[in-house]
Amino acid sequence: MKTRVIVTLKSGVLDPQGKAVHHALTGLGFGGVNDVRIGKIVELDLADDTDPQQIDEMCRKLLANTVIENYRIEQA
Amino acid sequence: MKSAVIVFPGSNCDRDLAVALRETTGTAPVMVWHGETILPEGIDIIGVPGGFSYGDYLRSGAMAARSPVMRAVSDAAARGVAVLGVCNGFQVLTETGLLPGALMRNAGLNFVCRDVDLTVANSQTMFTARYDDAEAIRIPVAHHDGNYFADDATLDRLEGEGRIAFRYAGPVNGSARDIAGIVNDAGNVLGLMPHPERMIEAGAHGRADGRRLFEGLIEAIA
Repeated sequence: MKTRVIVTLKSGVLDPQGKAVHHALTGLGFGGVNDVRIGKIVELDLADDTDPQQIDEMCRKLLANTVIENYRIEQA
Repeated sequence: MKSAVIVFPGSNCDRDLAVALRETTGTAPVMVWHGETILPEGIDIIGVPGGFSYGDYLRSGAMAARSPVMRAVSDAAARGVAVLGVCNGFQVLTETGLLPGALMRNAGLNFVCRDVDLTVANSQTMFTARYDDAEAIRIPVAHHDGNYFADDATLDRLEGEGRIAFRYAGPVNGSARDIAGIVNDAGNVLGLMPHPERMIEAGAHGRADGRRLFEGLIEAIA
């Protein structure tokens, strides 16, 4: 079972990388970019009978730092 | 006075920290590998060193925080053993939950490696007893992820409870409220981004501003 965990910075948390990329996009002449936020995707290959609660626990215990990050679980 | 230094794969300030502890306590610390599940008996000070534990994979300090030895460090901290986390060690302590908040990428995106001016924000902690309140000191930093973040309620609580030990005297990395180092609520765990162990000998390091952190701590424990 392929599962994706999408980890993003919470709103209100400064994202210097996003800011730099935003600046670069503007520099390349792309107008209308209001904001850029950078996150990460973790792809998990899990046993088919994996309990969804266990995936949530993986996120809370390791994959995301919930002080600064949100996470979203997507089944492929 | 017995001390230990935790060694993770990718630690690179473990020997500096060990030398600082040896020079100030008079006894060489025990080096404890990250796979250990117990610490040696009778440890008074645990040092969590700087470096790039586990290659900073996932997040700085994230993997190290889940290593077997950190459970033993958490247990020791709960018993009141002094824990000093420097740089990557600070990141490990926040990831472990021993200290609140998180260390994020520097606001300027650059790795910052230079001596910085600090202010002693609270000289009443067991780590800062040899400094004066509001004293200006200079200690080197070398980090990419030193931008301290916590929500406003947490920051207010840290300030209100005197748990900010050191602040940057000028802009360094975008840290919330210029926080360079904080202690836990019990006061026996300190995390800081600057490297006091790199400034313990005036002859070799130019100044010895970091030495008093170790001396004050030893005095507080003895």
